[in-house]
Amino acid sequence: MNNSIAKEKIISLRKKRSLEDMRFKYYGFTAMCLSLAVLVFLLYTIFSKGYTAFQKTIVLLEVDYNQEVLKLTPDSSDEDMEKGKFFRVKKQAIENFFPDLSKSDIKLVKKLFSTNVDKEIKDYFLDNPEVINTKQQIWVTAHSDVDQLLKGNSRRDVPEDRRKLNDIQLSYVDQLVEENRVKQVFNNFFFTKADSRHPEIAGVAGSFMGSLFTLFTVFILSFPIAIGASVYLEEFAPKNRITELIEVNISNLAAVPSIVFGLLGLGVLLNVFGLPRSTPLVGGSVLALMTLPTIIIACRASLKAVPPSIKEGALAVGATKTQAVFHHVVPLALPGTLTGTIIGLAQALGETAPLIMIGMIAFIPNIPTGLTEPSAALPVQIYLWVESAERGFQEKSAAAIMVILIFLFMMNAIAVFLRNRFERKW
Amino acid sequence: MFFWSLVLIAVGIFSSFIYGRSRIKLNSKKQGTKSKSLPNYYAQYVLMWCLFPALIVYFSWAIFQEQIIQNIVISNFEFIEGAVYNEGLLLAEIRNVANNPSFADGKSIEIINAASHYSSLRQISQISFYTSIIIIMLLGALYASQKLKPEFHAQHTIEKYIQYILIFCSSVAIFTTIGIVFSLIFESLRFFAEVSIFEFLFSTEWYPFIPIREGQTAAEGSFGAVPIFAGTFLVMVVAMCVAVPLGLLTAIYLAEYASQRVRKIVKPLLEILAGIPTIVYGFFAFVSVAPFVKAFGQSIGIDASPTSALAAGMVMGVMIIPFISSLSDDVINSVPQSLREASLGIGANKAETIKKVILPAALPGIVGAFLLAISRAIGETMIVVVAAGTAPNLTGNPFENVTTVTVQIVVALIGDQEFDNPRTLSAFALGLVLFVITLFLNIIALQIVKRYRERYE
Repeated sequence: MNNSIAKEKIISLRKKRSLEDMRFKYYGFTAMCLSLAVLVFLLYTIFSKGYTAFQKTIVLLEVDYNQEVLKLTPDSSDEDMEKGKFFRVKKQAIENFFPDLSKSDIKLVKKLFSTNVDKEIKDYFLDNPEVINTKQQIWVTAHSDVDQLLKGNSRRDVPEDRRKLNDIQLSYVDQLVEENRVKQVFNNFFFTKADSRHPEIAGVAGSFMGSLFTLFTVFILSFPIAIGASVYLEEFAPKNRITELIEVNISNLAAVPSIVFGLLGLGVLLNVFGLPRSTPLVGGSVLALMTLPTIIIACRASLKAVPPSIKEGALAVGATKTQAVFHHVVPLALPGTLTGTIIGLAQALGETAPLIMIGMIAFIPNIPTGLTEPSAALPVQIYLWVESAERGFQEKSAAAIMVILIFLFMMNAIAVFLRNRFERKW
Repeated sequence: MFFWSLVLIAVGIFSSFIYGRSRIKLNSKKQGTKSKSLPNYYAQYVLMWCLFPALIVYFSWAIFQEQIIQNIVISNFEFIEGAVYNEGLLLAEIRNVANNPSFADGKSIEIINAASHYSSLRQISQISFYTSIIIIMLLGALYASQKLKPEFHAQHTIEKYIQYILIFCSSVAIFTTIGIVFSLIFESLRFFAEVSIFEFLFSTEWYPFIPIREGQTAAEGSFGAVPIFAGTFLVMVVAMCVAVPLGLLTAIYLAEYASQRVRKIVKPLLEILAGIPTIVYGFFAFVSVAPFVKAFGQSIGIDASPTSALAAGMVMGVMIIPFISSLSDDVINSVPQSLREASLGIGANKAETIKKVILPAALPGIVGAFLLAISRAIGETMIVVVAAGTAPNLTGNPFENVTTVTVQIVVALIGDQEFDNPRTLSAFALGLVLFVITLFLNIIALQIVKRYRERYE
């Protein structure tokens, strides 16, 4: 009697306990799935917001390259061609874009085109000078407002005063769509142009080059210094307080917020040393100091992984310690150090705050060509576009994020490849 | 200038190496004795003497050239009696005119004179830069070549030099720390000369405006950083509320329950989460989470602002999840297997083992991981810059707009910076606070983790 009650109690207790066990396991499982779901959602958000930026809207414009209007003759020299009055040709083309446009409507129609149209009309002419005195059908870039409307990113059912395009402009756009005078093509500007005030001609080429120059500086500075430091600490350093101080210092430096490194760059590199603001040279130096601890830690790990017997073998046949380390240990550790450096570079690539501090946030409308030229960087470009009120920049920022993520992914892939290809198990 | 100096240095490296090698071979042949070291060491010896003095000159020139030129230009500037000058603006103007002559229109004659003075000084500096680099390279090589005798132990000397270079490399980390500390303290002292330290730390009014004109007392700024600290704390708390449960449970699941295969898939995915740049999280917060938080707040009757502590904190929490989970995973894995087996052996099930044995054993390490995560959250910049807002708001309501230390640093330093007003300098004071707090958290966390490791090793 008593026995069976006790038995039941034990059984129910066991059930309760195993239920608890299951529940705890599922808490863990749910937490893991939630974290991964956020990752998926994040990538989905970026993709869904950004994929439209890889297309641009172009409009068919009939341009009359009349020699009177251009103030050119068929046998003008190339220099004179450059000075042709193309803005007048464009004005005329827009006036005749729709039949019977009133003066106020011309102004409205003008706003359907990008500011880059002048240049496109000119470039077309300079490429084909024989079109003088003919009418040409040219596809030119549409204004960002038209672009956003046709991509469905801005809505047409909101009140007129909260829209970029008013009702008359909307009807014109609809007419264009009906007449097939507008289409969407691959957005080459996004990959060939630098930043711009106009979303339709803004691209990542400038900031991409800026990031490349910055990473180059980071690599040049941090790789040799990190290898030197880790070889010293791992192979030569005597065990004393100074060595310990350096080690504590490195591990603390690894956790200093990145913005503080930006303040260091501003306070020391710019204000004391007077290096040029907004340049990849300064940005790279700051990021190199920032990633140095990460790379040193990785380099030391790969030096540690080389078995001591290699060094001892070299010492046994009469090599000096320096020879043993530099001829035998370092070459074997090199793939590991490279992997660590690439991971450090990947970290530097995504870093934004220090670059803002040293002025790489300035508006730079051209593609930099050197380390000491003012330039933007990819993450800062993303920040500028996210903060921008203009609607057309939002898809650009998401697309730029895709570019940076692909870049990061490739760097990590190279690191993994190096690790798998060259790492030896001893 | 940059490119050609690199070419110059490359030529120097190459020719000095070749020269050293051939010279020692020649010398030992002349004396008929074998040299004490291999020829390459003598070549390296010449190379080092050729390269390093030149590099030192190169860097000091690059660093001080602009400063010196500016000082000379300013000291020779024809100041007009009675006019008030701002040195920074004046210099910028002179540089602009010197770089683009088209800016010269409409500028006063003394500025144009100063600009041409500036350009001529730059030219002189360039020419003397190249000549001095070449002379120093030659002098270095000359000095070294005198020592190229067969009885000279080049290898010993080279190895000694290599040691010095390695020591220099290791001390870069120390120089960095010294640089951070000094630049922060130096600029902060300038800030605290104008704003009392008690006002900064304890006052609750943050209006970092500065009088535009002399004697404009109405717009006197006040620099009480309490609302900023409170905002930082609020965002940090929200982030930890998201990251701690998710990160810790994920770590427990991965360490104790998951099969090898799941671990192999999930860990790299979490690493992706950790590797995503913070500005991307900022974008995510701004585009997806903030509108959601606003809509959610409205649906339960709270007036949420479009940028809120909750949105920024939640996304920051997601950012920290992989950080906490990987650190806790390490910690849990280093709990000795014997503890686990003992607990299972007396009949406890897995959940009980984890809750009653493993977590208490791993607690110090996990606390260390949390402290490191807190320091990450406090120092994080881009998420809060994009998603938390800039208005100093002393509130505990996470639906409201708050600001953080990092945001205020960015706000103070974006745009034109003039280092003579407290608004710009306040960034350094805030940076100092940030640095001290994160350093403090790190030292404690590293101590705890170290002690914990020692206990089980």
